[in-house]
This record gives sequence, structure tokens and C-alpha cells, in this order.
Amino acid sequence: MMPETSSDRAPGKRRDKSTGRLATYTAGLGFALLLTAGSFLVGKTGLFWPPGVPVGLAVLAIAQMGVHLVFFLHISTGADNTNNVLALAFGVLIVGLVVTGSLWIMMHLNANMMPPGAAMEMRH
Amino acid sequence: MNTAATNGDLLRIPAHDTPQESTGPGAQGPAPVEIVVAYGFWIFLLSDIIMFSALFASYAVLSGDTAGGPAGHDLFNLEHVAIETLCLLFSSYSCGLGALAIERRHLPAFYLCSAVTFVLGATFLGLELTEFSGMVAQGAGPTRSAFLSAFFALVGLHGVHVSIGLLWLLFMVAQVVAQGPRDYVLRRLHCFSLFWHALDIIWIALLTLVYLLGART
Repeated sequence: MMPETSSDRAPGKRRDKSTGRLATYTAGLGFALLLTAGSFLVGKTGLFWPPGVPVGLAVLAIAQMGVHLVFFLHISTGADNTNNVLALAFGVLIVGLVVTGSLWIMMHLNANMMPPGAAMEMRH
Repeated sequence: MNTAATNGDLLRIPAHDTPQESTGPGAQGPAPVEIVVAYGFWIFLLSDIIMFSALFASYAVLSGDTAGGPAGHDLFNLEHVAIETLCLLFSSYSCGLGALAIERRHLPAFYLCSAVTFVLGATFLGLELTEFSGMVAQGAGPTRSAFLSAFFALVGLHGVHVSIGLLWLLFMVAQVVAQGPRDYVLRRLHCFSLFWHALDIIWIALLTLVYLLGART
């Protein structure tokens, strides 16, 4: 049992023990549905400027991850949540390094693997 | 007079020595088991997400290398994917409602929510397996091209996680049936709901990178 005076909060635990718990999940579901619908709208229909679609999809996906973290996993900015947020920040840092690092290196390797003419066009 | 002085001392001493004075992290001694367990599982989930990020990176690198085979927009059916997405999302929601129910020791509601979570998760898995077998049947199996190898590795790993989650959910419901909502059963259930919500977060990245971006021509 978690004492009320504890200085830390377990990930996924809510601070509000008595009120607004069902409402939190339902609000999260609503936001997630809206953002998912937005993703399909942006990705599937030709309504949007095509070069902007990947950026739009990325923004919607990151927003929905945020919604899931806040409303389903109850990660907040409170002082009792510092450990959870720091661990998350470290995870995000490593994920960012792995993904951007791989893409960056492989883009250069791809450029070097191309025939000389194509590779010359890739260089700035 | 004497007793008054003693009382004054008694009142003053706790004010100086009580642990309430120090308020930094760790000032109240070791954290409760509940927090330690959930925090450890949180670290595991983040490391799991880092493992996924390596497969995401390789998919992003290899997604164009179709070796003359089918590309994403030839294979992906977004209506199908939308149903999968809704299954996972509502499964996550009902998992959250189940956590609320067991917190209130409301067992029938917990069983109902767990059943809904399980059925939606199993539906997702069935849809994914249908998709995979359909792709293999039309000659787009994991050996066809680097793109398809990366696709099956990434989406398949998520599917394996969902299967493990479903098994875990069965075990947790069995534990609640057999042992009741004891503290250690609740801790495990809490870890399970963290796991299930994290899988949904990974699915959002999959949906966006693999399906929505891949289905564009």
C-alpha cells in the first residue's frame, strides 16, 4: 500500500484517488480517437499538400503518444513523478539516437553506393 | 511548573527531530514495494521500446528496397488496419477500466473488462495473422525483399508482444480467481496494464510509419 505522504509515484498510478478516474480514461480515449481519425484523414485522403503529409502524420503520432502517456500511463510533470519522467526522457534520447543515427549513416552509405552520376547529384 | 517545563520540552523535541523536517528524495526511507516494482517495470518497458526503435530504424532504412517485389501501397489495406487500430485502442481503454475496477475490489466488473480486453486483443491478433498469411500467399513473404523482411520483423515483433500480453492477461485473471485481489496480484496486474498501454503506444508508431506512410504511392 502506498502511503499518501510518499515522495514518489509509481508509473501508471494516478494522484487523484477519488475523483475523475473514469473521466481520465474516457478523455484519453476521446483524444486518441480524434487523433487516429486525423491520422487516417491526413494519410488516406488527398486533401493535404503531399510533401507536408509525413510531417503532419509525425506530429499527430507524437501527439497521440503524449495522450497515451498522460491519460493511460498517468505520466505527469508533478514532483512525485520526476523519476518516471527522467527514465522516459532517457529512453526517448536513446530511441532518438538509434533512429536518427541509423537513418543518417545509412543515407550517406546509400549515397556512396550509387553509381557516380547519381552520387554526384546527391552531394551538395 | 515542573510538569509545564517537561511538557514544553516534549513539544519541542519532536519538532526538531521528527523525520518530517527533511523533505528531499529518500527522506522517508525506502520506497514502498508497489513503487519499486512499477518503476522497475517502467524501466523494462523503456528498454523494450529501445529494442523496437532498432527495428523501426532498420525498417525506415529498408522500406524502399523492394527488389522489384510489391511495395507497401500494393499490400496494405488501410480499412483492415483501421479496425486493428480501433481494437487495440479500445482494448487499452477497457484494460484501464479493469484497473479501476480491481482497485475498487469490484471483481465482476474486473472480469468483464478483462474479457473485453482479451477479445479485442485476440481480434487484433487474428486480423494481423490474416494479413500476414494473405501476404505470404501472394508471394510477399519475409524472404521476398529487404522491405518485407524488415516489415515482418517489426510488425511480427509487435504481434509477439500482443500474444505474450494475452497469455499474461489469462494468467492474471486466473490468479485473481484463485487468490483474490491480494497486494502482490495487484502489483502484477498493474505491470500488465503498463505493458498493454505501452504496446498501444508502439502500435501508433507502427501505424504511422509502416501503414499510413507506406500506403502512399
